[in-house]
Amino acid sequence: MATRFTKSMARNIFFGGSLFFFLLFLALTFDTNQKLPKRDNSQNLTASAIHGKKLWETNNCIGCHTLLGEGAYFAPELGNVYKRRGPDFIKAWIKSQPTGAPGRRQMPQFNFTEQELDDLVEFLKYTSEINTNNWPPNIEG
Amino acid sequence: MQYQSQAVAKPYFIAAIALFTGQILFGLIMGLQYVVGDFLFPEIPFNVARMVHTNLLIVWLLFGFMGATYYLIPEESETELFSPRLAIITFWVFLAAGVATILGYLAVPYATLAKFTGNDLLMTMGREFLEQPLPTKVGIVIVVLSFIFNVLMTMLKGRKTAISLVLVLGLVGLAVFFLFSFYNPHNLVKDKYYWWWVVHLWVEGVWELILGAILAFVLIKVTGVDREVVEKWLYVIITMTLITGIIGTGHHYYWIGAPAYWQVWGSVFSALEPIPFFMLTIFAFNMVNKRRREHPNQAAILWALGTGVMSFLGAGVWGFLHTLAPVNYYTHGTQLTAAHGHMAFYGAYAMVVLTIISYAMPILRGRAANSNKAQVVEMWSFWLMTVAMVFITLFLTAAGVLQTWLQRISTTPMSFMATQDSVAIFYWMREGAGVVFLIGLIVYISSFFIKGETKAK
Repeated sequence: MATRFTKSMARNIFFGGSLFFFLLFLALTFDTNQKLPKRDNSQNLTASAIHGKKLWETNNCIGCHTLLGEGAYFAPELGNVYKRRGPDFIKAWIKSQPTGAPGRRQMPQFNFTEQELDDLVEFLKYTSEINTNNWPPNIEG
Repeated sequence: MQYQSQAVAKPYFIAAIALFTGQILFGLIMGLQYVVGDFLFPEIPFNVARMVHTNLLIVWLLFGFMGATYYLIPEESETELFSPRLAIITFWVFLAAGVATILGYLAVPYATLAKFTGNDLLMTMGREFLEQPLPTKVGIVIVVLSFIFNVLMTMLKGRKTAISLVLVLGLVGLAVFFLFSFYNPHNLVKDKYYWWWVVHLWVEGVWELILGAILAFVLIKVTGVDREVVEKWLYVIITMTLITGIIGTGHHYYWIGAPAYWQVWGSVFSALEPIPFFMLTIFAFNMVNKRRREHPNQAAILWALGTGVMSFLGAGVWGFLHTLAPVNYYTHGTQLTAAHGHMAFYGAYAMVVLTIISYAMPILRGRAANSNKAQVVEMWSFWLMTVAMVFITLFLTAAGVLQTWLQRISTTPMSFMATQDSVAIFYWMREGAGVVFLIGLIVYISSFFIKGETKAK
């Protein structure tokens, strides 16, 4: 059997198979993009939420937290934090950091303005309304 | 050394090992912060330590891949490297950019770094693993392009083998998919969707081509098995890799806003992803069993076999553990992901780089293999690091299973931080295993300085 199956056959299957599955992946990606507007809550992507995303990125929040389950696993999931805690709690929490409690995990103080805090909350609200197929399983994230 | 220009691999390997050491030190800092939360706060907050840990990993593996390529391409092509000088220039550019970036992470707050490196021109920063400032990202593209140019020019003037073809395909894929790191739409779902085109299509796609090619090269050299046999295996393995891995990207699309049908596509194809890794293990053992010569470098053979086994366990088994959508619904974003990530990266990519270093470094230093004494020490470091990584993975798995239960499945779910406190014992044990890993790494580095009687070439 091994002698019948030559290296050039193996190579051709590699190129053919990879190409086929990559094209299939592109087709699924195209279809996903068609269906996204009904799921991705992009209608609520306001200027404030967009600025909130920028703040989320430029302060490397993903370095400790997860967002829709992706990121670091050091601090709580924030994809649904808007629903879990509400806007006022989120702002008060960010403002009061770090807690300084000995031995406890610490979050830095980022010195956000009131407007920036509102933008972050807006971004987290937008994120919490994305259709994630009911993930996370419960409100604790 | 058959070709003089292979010598350019040496600085790449040395830099890789140095950055690897940095990665482990920052890993230990983070591991301690998991249980002593305010350790080194505010000097090195957790997010900074994590950026340094993961970015150093990526950079040292890239150094390893480049060193491996510069070592094996002249031998495969049976000709000197197109431009050894360009290879040395890109080495220093890449090292300087890498070190400057890490120092930037440590020296100033991330927002300041973003402000002064042109993030407002094109916002690419602050996404996991792609935290590098814009100039660094552009620098990576330039370095990789000049590197691929050098390799292609070498191949064009010499023999074209399946190993070098697969390697170059992997490297070109690495460059092409990295371009998606420049695409950061405001729409979070699209942002995440295409972010995986870098991360997943690298580690579960094109990087596996690089892995397969390097391993195939070393196996030919140390076993003397016929090239036709090895290259046929290589093609079959990477065929399975891409057939399962490309659509397998879907296992990242379950809960980020993409359509629900990804739960089917992702589950089916990623359930098959262990197959190429299993074949890699069979391949390595088969070739060593069928060896036609006794190569004096037994340490390199140990690393090659270890790569097969550990990549199958880490990427294959630990990946499968939480890849099916109904399971992943509960385990997504828990310590189980961390467990899988650690063993997969060590088993597949760290170990294959250590394999080629183990094989090539003695030759670059003018001998076929190191002395018996040095090899014994190197093998000790293999077992120390590998067993330590097994335990790191097991402790994180225990933490992840408990976390999933307490926070996600229980009828009275606990909060994230309360759950973390409940599983702290496993973080302590993980840190202990991490210290053993560091000891293994120190033993590894010391093996380079052990003399003793060496076998001539």
